[in-house]
Amino acid sequence: MTPNIVELDNLSFGYKNRMLHKGINMVFPRGKVIAIMGGSGSGKTTLLRLIGGQLKPSKGEARVEGEVVHQQNRAGIHKLRRKMGMLFQQGALFTDLSVYENVAFPMREHTDLPESMIHDLVLMKLNAVGLRGAHKLMPTELSGGMARRVALARAIALDPDIIMYDEPFAGLDPISMAVICDLIRTLNDALGATSIIVSHDVKETFSIADYVYFVANGVVAAEGTPEDLRKSDLPFVHQFVHGEKDGPVPFHYAAGDYKQDLLDFKAP
Amino acid sequence: MIKSNLLAGLVCTLRSIGHKFSDSVWRLGAGARLFGLTLAYSGESFRRFHLTVREIYFTGVMSLVIILVSAFFVGMVLALQGYHTLQRYGSAESIGVLVALSLLRELGPVVTALLFAGRAGTAITAEIGLMKATEQLSAMEMMAVSPVSRVIAPRFWAGVISMPILAALFSMVGILGGYLVAVPMIGVDAGAFWSQMQANVDWQVDVLNGVIKSLVFGVACTMIALFEGYDAPPTAEGVSRATTRTVVTSSLAILGLDFVLTSLMISM
Repeated sequence: MTPNIVELDNLSFGYKNRMLHKGINMVFPRGKVIAIMGGSGSGKTTLLRLIGGQLKPSKGEARVEGEVVHQQNRAGIHKLRRKMGMLFQQGALFTDLSVYENVAFPMREHTDLPESMIHDLVLMKLNAVGLRGAHKLMPTELSGGMARRVALARAIALDPDIIMYDEPFAGLDPISMAVICDLIRTLNDALGATSIIVSHDVKETFSIADYVYFVANGVVAAEGTPEDLRKSDLPFVHQFVHGEKDGPVPFHYAAGDYKQDLLDFKAP
Repeated sequence: MIKSNLLAGLVCTLRSIGHKFSDSVWRLGAGARLFGLTLAYSGESFRRFHLTVREIYFTGVMSLVIILVSAFFVGMVLALQGYHTLQRYGSAESIGVLVALSLLRELGPVVTALLFAGRAGTAITAEIGLMKATEQLSAMEMMAVSPVSRVIAPRFWAGVISMPILAALFSMVGILGGYLVAVPMIGVDAGAFWSQMQANVDWQVDVLNGVIKSLVFGVACTMIALFEGYDAPPTAEGVSRATTRTVVTSSLAILGLDFVLTSLMISM
């Protein structure tokens, strides 16, 4: 058994002429909560998709349990994905299925368990996220925080080895944020899984992560424990962690001369 | 100066035409690929036939009202128009044959398919487009479940099964509408209406060819709706454009295919 359940080795990825990642190296040791942080559009979610095999790297490789993800055939990819659970940014619950059926979905698809056992497992998973009482509701009847928790219950339905979280705190009220935060840590430790969190919420992420990678301009700009990064003097990390308006990440998007732009008015 | 401007304009137009042409070829290829995948994954959707039955309800049963009401009025108008023409030649009793043949050979399959594209096709495109926009299809992929097998194939077979049944019901209700106008309202002899219809409608040439047409339209309409939804950019504008394209492409495909099929059927 490799000590690192996921490894990104010199990984590069881009769309057409724009390279999003240029030689990313990351390791995700078993049992840890690892965060990938960075500004919007820095390719954090893309890294999750590369680990999940939904995208193929231009160079380098992503390895899960020692297996190179992009070299797998369809059956191999499916085998790897059964070891993963993923929480999408907006939950991505199936809107035509009830909360109960959403959580039961992976069990029905991948196991031959009897209905009575699926019933017990679904209620156990929902109980773990505090929503056993909501099992009859439809996704449209849930608040954003509740939908995220149901999606989390679905992500852990098959007790995955790796749980990936795509912006789990985005758009949540402080109470829901604290609940999700606590659940990520608790479930990771209870299931003995490895969690990969993609987020730009510094406070919440630092409170539960064991190790943090900062991604900027397509490379790992900084890495370390939350404590190390809080003390970091690196300009980018300092600007990000302390939420400063200007710094290495400029306030203004690249533009030409301001005066010239104002004078260049042409009637549409 | 004028010459170089003209040349630049010409190059721009040619480039635009070339781009549109290559885009169309690409979309045709992607559509054919999705069609192939749908057929390849059909086995799985037949094993879980309840998914297809559910979709038959949403695409077929829910389209019944618009199709049956339209059929009734189409049949009545056919009888009125037909009577006014036929009576000039003293063959008003042939009105039953005219109504039945028009419906079974042409109007039944074609109008049903056009209405199906507008009612069920747009619903399919919008549903799949929104599933894509809300990451439901991605979530399915990450759970090692193929969206083609779970979402696309059941909807495809539901459309293919529904269309001939809807077309048959359209013809049946249309004939009933024609009968109500021709016999009780205009006063055509009921015996002549039914007996001439029975004597002149051929099972293979008229009925079976109509069924074949509706089957082909079912494949085309449903596949176009599915492809447009699956290929839609995951934005509100993308889904809206895809829904419009479904109606336009399906309508043109139905009318084009109708001409091809009619030519083949007449020449055989």
